[in-house]
Amino acid sequence: MEIREISLIGGCGKTGEREPVARLDMRMGDVVSVVGPTGSGKTMLINDIALFADANTPSRRRVLVNGAPPPAIFQEDPSHNPIALITQHTTFLSDLPVREFLRIHAKIRRAARRESVVEETLAFANELTGEPIIEHAAMTELSGGQTRALLVADAVVIGNSPIILLDEIENAGIDRLRALELLKRYRKIFIFVTHDLRITLLSDYRVVLLRGAMQAVVPRGEEERRVAGRIGLLDSIMVGMRDRLRAGERVVERDLLGELRQALEAPSAEAVR
Amino acid sequence: MRAVICAGPPTSGKTTVLRHAARKLVERGRKLAYLKIDVQYCDEDETFAREFGIPARKVHSGDLCPDHCSVLVLGDAFAWAARESAEFLLVETAGLCLRCAPYIEGGLGIIVLEATSGMNLPRKIGAMLTLADLAVVTKIDLVSQAEKEVFRANLLDAAEIPVVETDALHGINLEPVVRRIEATPELVQPARLRGSPPMSVCTICAGKKEIGWEHHFGIVRALDSDLFYRGQ
Repeated sequence: MEIREISLIGGCGKTGEREPVARLDMRMGDVVSVVGPTGSGKTMLINDIALFADANTPSRRRVLVNGAPPPAIFQEDPSHNPIALITQHTTFLSDLPVREFLRIHAKIRRAARRESVVEETLAFANELTGEPIIEHAAMTELSGGQTRALLVADAVVIGNSPIILLDEIENAGIDRLRALELLKRYRKIFIFVTHDLRITLLSDYRVVLLRGAMQAVVPRGEEERRVAGRIGLLDSIMVGMRDRLRAGERVVERDLLGELRQALEAPSAEAVR
Repeated sequence: MRAVICAGPPTSGKTTVLRHAARKLVERGRKLAYLKIDVQYCDEDETFAREFGIPARKVHSGDLCPDHCSVLVLGDAFAWAARESAEFLLVETAGLCLRCAPYIEGGLGIIVLEATSGMNLPRKIGAMLTLADLAVVTKIDLVSQAEKEVFRANLLDAAEIPVVETDALHGINLEPVVRRIEATPELVQPARLRGSPPMSVCTICAGKKEIGWEHHFGIVRALDSDLFYRGQ
């Protein structure tokens, strides 16, 4: 089944009243952020999607695929489920070596190019991690960041899931912007639960949550594209300083002021990335 | 009366699966009875009785192997459930060594396995898995997409039975289990055990602590021998 669109039909918030957004349509290729304060129901929203909610979760929301109720096979067999959910608790428990584990997954998925998808998965994961993954190391020996990177890479490449839900990728210890950049090369629906300014501004639109209810769907505006560029410059300054600390160096106020001045003076077009 | 026998390793989530199933069945007006068989301690009978207002009992197997105990007491339990006019008797076993299959002919056999117990678990279990009608995989929210799939593939490799992945703690995807329970046929008496698993009451189970086969009776074996009978 080719998925073109998934829709979330609004239910009710935590206090029981109807949520202001009655329907949210997400089309193939969309990058979506789910934003709102802690406890506002962001995780519940992606859980509803992952479960193909049918008015049977506390929110009473319903999920439609291509405008109709999803086929039962989606929930009956994980390898037919088009949704991969990567939560903050999801992890690998297997102590198999990394390459062997990926090979087994590729075999189950009957991937046509078994060896090359394993290579692609490892290359993808390694682009996101500080230190490359050792292929013959056990899955359980991977660091937190490496685990997260491999979870994402495996779901995208071997799992080939058309819909990927990521809960707070910014806390995963991986390069979040590189991840977003790499992910955008694959045509999928990406839904990020995030507190991160840049991920939000790099998304096509954001779903705003409050007290368990979808309050609004805000598309990214033209001006926000420019602002995102400027924030990118600020972000690189922060990252640069962090890297200096990591390298055992000291941060210098004069350097910081110089970089901030440059950022201010940069023409907005240049700031856009 | 229909019999549902639920087995699985300790902490795999048998009670949690049955509780969610019981809630849904009671909501639909089904009349249930519940029996828990455990080795030395359990209080699920009280929980089920309190929560759902259904007749519930427990058996402590003590020195007996719990699955051996189940074979001995189930006959009486069916009669008890029938006297209580239950439509379904849910039996939860202790399932300790994973070799036994407590399922009976004409009843529904459910094995509950946790996804977190390692992808190779399905390969390590014998009759408890292969003679079941339905495998329920729990704690699915804690493992990677890849492991969910590998776990299922390994399971299907070991036994070609329907598999339902659940997050039983949060009551997620238990509807297929309830549907399967409702489809269980009427129990035909006298009930028979489905397989002849390696369950025996031996001198070791009964408390004899000496090491070495020379000190034991019944079916024994030496390091380099097959099983043989020692006794009168």
